Amino acid sequence: MQTGNLLPLVLALAVLAYGLAYMRSRAVAAPLGGIRHLKSLPFYYAARASLWCGLPALIVLALWVAFEGKVIQGLVVSSLPSDLMPESEGQASLILSQISNVAAGKLDPQFVPPEIAQAGSLLENLRNQSQTFKAVLVLLVAVLGAAFAWSRVAPNINARESVETTLRRIFFVCAAVAVLTTVGIVFSVIFETIRFFGMVSFWDFVFGTSWSPQTALRADQVGADGSFGMIPLFTGTLLISAIALLVAVPVGLLSAIYLSEYASKRIRATVKPALELLAGVPTVVYGFFAALTVAPFIRDLAEAIGLEASSQSALAAGLVMGIMIIPFVSSLSDDVINAVPQNLRDGSLAMGATQSETMKNVIFPAALPGIMGGILLAASRAIGETMIVVMAAGLAANLTANPLESVTTVTVQIVTLLVGDQEFDSAKTLAAFALGMMLFVVTLLLNVLALKIVRKYREQYD
Amino acid sequence: MTDQTSPAELVRRSLKRRYRKERRFRAYGILAIVIALSALLVLFADIISKGYTGFIKTTITLDVTLDPEVMYLEDPTDPDELSMADFTAPIVRALQEELPDAQDKTAERELARMVGTYAPNRIRDLLKDSPELLGTTQTMTFLAHDRVSVYVKHADNDMYSIRLSEQQIEWVDQLREQGIIDTAFNDVLFSTGDSREPTNAGILGAIVGSLLTLVVTLVIAFPVGVAAAVYLEEFAPRNRLTDFIEVNINNLAAVPSIIFGLLGLAVFIGLFGMPRSVPLVGGLVLALMTLPTIIISSRAAIKSVPPSIREAAEGIGASKMQVVLHHVVPLAMPGMMTGSIIGMAQALGETAPLLLIGMVAFIVDVPEGFLDSATALPVQIYLWASSAEQGFIELASAGIMVLLTFLFTMNALAIWLRKRLERRW
Repeated sequence: MQTGNLLPLVLALAVLAYGLAYMRSRAVAAPLGGIRHLKSLPFYYAARASLWCGLPALIVLALWVAFEGKVIQGLVVSSLPSDLMPESEGQASLILSQISNVAAGKLDPQFVPPEIAQAGSLLENLRNQSQTFKAVLVLLVAVLGAAFAWSRVAPNINARESVETTLRRIFFVCAAVAVLTTVGIVFSVIFETIRFFGMVSFWDFVFGTSWSPQTALRADQVGADGSFGMIPLFTGTLLISAIALLVAVPVGLLSAIYLSEYASKRIRATVKPALELLAGVPTVVYGFFAALTVAPFIRDLAEAIGLEASSQSALAAGLVMGIMIIPFVSSLSDDVINAVPQNLRDGSLAMGATQSETMKNVIFPAALPGIMGGILLAASRAIGETMIVVMAAGLAANLTANPLESVTTVTVQIVTLLVGDQEFDSAKTLAAFALGMMLFVVTLLLNVLALKIVRKYREQYD
Repeated sequence: MTDQTSPAELVRRSLKRRYRKERRFRAYGILAIVIALSALLVLFADIISKGYTGFIKTTITLDVTLDPEVMYLEDPTDPDELSMADFTAPIVRALQEELPDAQDKTAERELARMVGTYAPNRIRDLLKDSPELLGTTQTMTFLAHDRVSVYVKHADNDMYSIRLSEQQIEWVDQLREQGIIDTAFNDVLFSTGDSREPTNAGILGAIVGSLLTLVVTLVIAFPVGVAAAVYLEEFAPRNRLTDFIEVNINNLAAVPSIIFGLLGLAVFIGLFGMPRSVPLVGGLVLALMTLPTIIISSRAAIKSVPPSIREAAEGIGASKMQVVLHHVVPLAMPGMMTGSIIGMAQALGETAPLLLIGMVAFIVDVPEGFLDSATALPVQIYLWASSAEQGFIELASAGIMVLLTFLFTMNALAIWLRKRLERRW
């Protein structure tokens, strides 16, 4: 039976178990003189029954679905004769796709070696068996669970306690998903990164100045090994992020200052949501704007004043990214400025300082740590931003500080290296994971640092 | 002490300068706001000016004579004959009737390239469904060829290059005067999937793909997020583990979205062997990505429920779980829903992680399930924006307008929900 049908079936069984247990608890209570003689309300007996029925079955189902593919694949591969045993991962996926095509009937068994054809029918068999076993096992677990809960509907058993404990555990597991996600991220990048450093030396990666990851098909081709120096990517990312921050920090900060210190309530109420609109625009839209409007405009402008500009200049990507981060900087600074105690402000104004002097000499220094934290968060967002640079920055890894030239970034390379590639065994795709690792570590450090600064600063005034 | 040196005088003299500084500072603030808002305006104006033509299609309406001799088709019920017949010829004939000067072979070739590539298929399908129409004359409306469409819509826009011959341009002008070539609302955009040709391409496939993905995201992220928030706010003991979970959630909220794409690629596709390019995997990845947003806003909503409610419930003997499920969660629900809608809006606009899990393939068919290959609306926009064919730019902008409409509707809904349902204590 398909997983798609099994899932609603299990849910239906759980509902059934609920109904049955509910009726039974009432039936048990009736001779005693009503449900007040039960330890728990009928609802709890029923809920426990449906938990017992559904939960273990769903866990079994999830585990089965998660691992059946891998197990079947392993069985099929190990059934192959030794001369067909795949030597590399590329070969393995080729043979596997042949086998699965035979099994799916897309490939005529006549056109492949008989062993493959055999493996194809084995695969088909195993899949069918797996489907049957899965259905039987899952339904068995569901029914057994329900039966157990049914047998434990008795007036002296406290069902509420066990339902509440189970629910609390489920809630805990949900909260732990965040931790699991982090663990998943770390593991998914770390293994591939270690494999990558088995092929390319760590120092070449970190300090190499040339980036051309396109590995050739044959070992004897020119540039067959590619070069993986991340310095150009790193400088490219820094250049674009620096341009973005140069736009976003002054504009965001000044508009936050104006809105919190000068603007009337009405202006604040209209301008603030308008600024937040900028944050709600998807990055792909900014990318479109950067690539098709801003970049040609900058190129034409540069040509008009006699400069040479690439049509994928770092400036275009940086400017648009800056616009994207403005609301981020302004809302964070707004929070920080508002958190500065009013008596500092009043004190300064009472001494005869103007509003701008109060701002510059009293509030700004007091808010500086918080603002720095906000800028760090904005920087981490700029470094990790993908779509704008994928669409508007180039692919060529130029080592330059000229904003009119095209540069590439870490995120652009991750996307370019991974889109369309199926294999995880070439240095090229593994390099993407190594870059992802770098990106994760850098943004994580920036975030931790920023959060620490912001928290420390908040404690100061709270 | 003379007047010149008295502090009051010094202050008075410096006042002018200080007020000037004050005004300048205020002007900087206004300038910053003007810059930010005009960036927003320019962005929207640019998208709309590029994209409104995406909602217009160019049509050619002709009286087509379904002449069996012209098409080399005797029996439309015979599939073999149907596959061999020439359905372009009747269209060319019909055009020639309107353009008497276009009679030679070159002209015929050029005329054939004025209707869209699917036009002959329309005639074939018509005859397949109703063979009795063979030999009659039908008034049919075809989509114009991409190049004709570009000329009709963008003749005086220098961003587009006209790829028609002089002769064709003359004909198009003539046919437009006769009302044969006309423009109409582009219903193709909303009724089909992607195509290699801009005139035949639509966003329906991408919209359905996005919806399927969002359903998965919502079904996973909302219950898990709410449950996690409830645990952290109501049940979690103050210990290292809880602190660790909290730090994790805060950090996840700031992890670049592309990293979640790497996670999806390595774990869901690599480890669990799930298929590429499917809404199920896309939804899972986006669910993990939006989870911190939902948890953080749900916690805020739970925090805003006053302790008196909890105390009252506990006072009449409710268990902790009953207090939470019967009172706190229902009261916090509007806030949780608002946060979730905002999280969903974020997920709808997200592109980068979907690129990595393969939702960028060229997919013509509208997906029908969670395991069909699909793309998503923002990814479709990305694909079109980076496409070489010039007609795709207006489609990408039109797609952006549709995407932004969805996003603003969702955000407006969130604001409305908050205003309507949220109780101030």
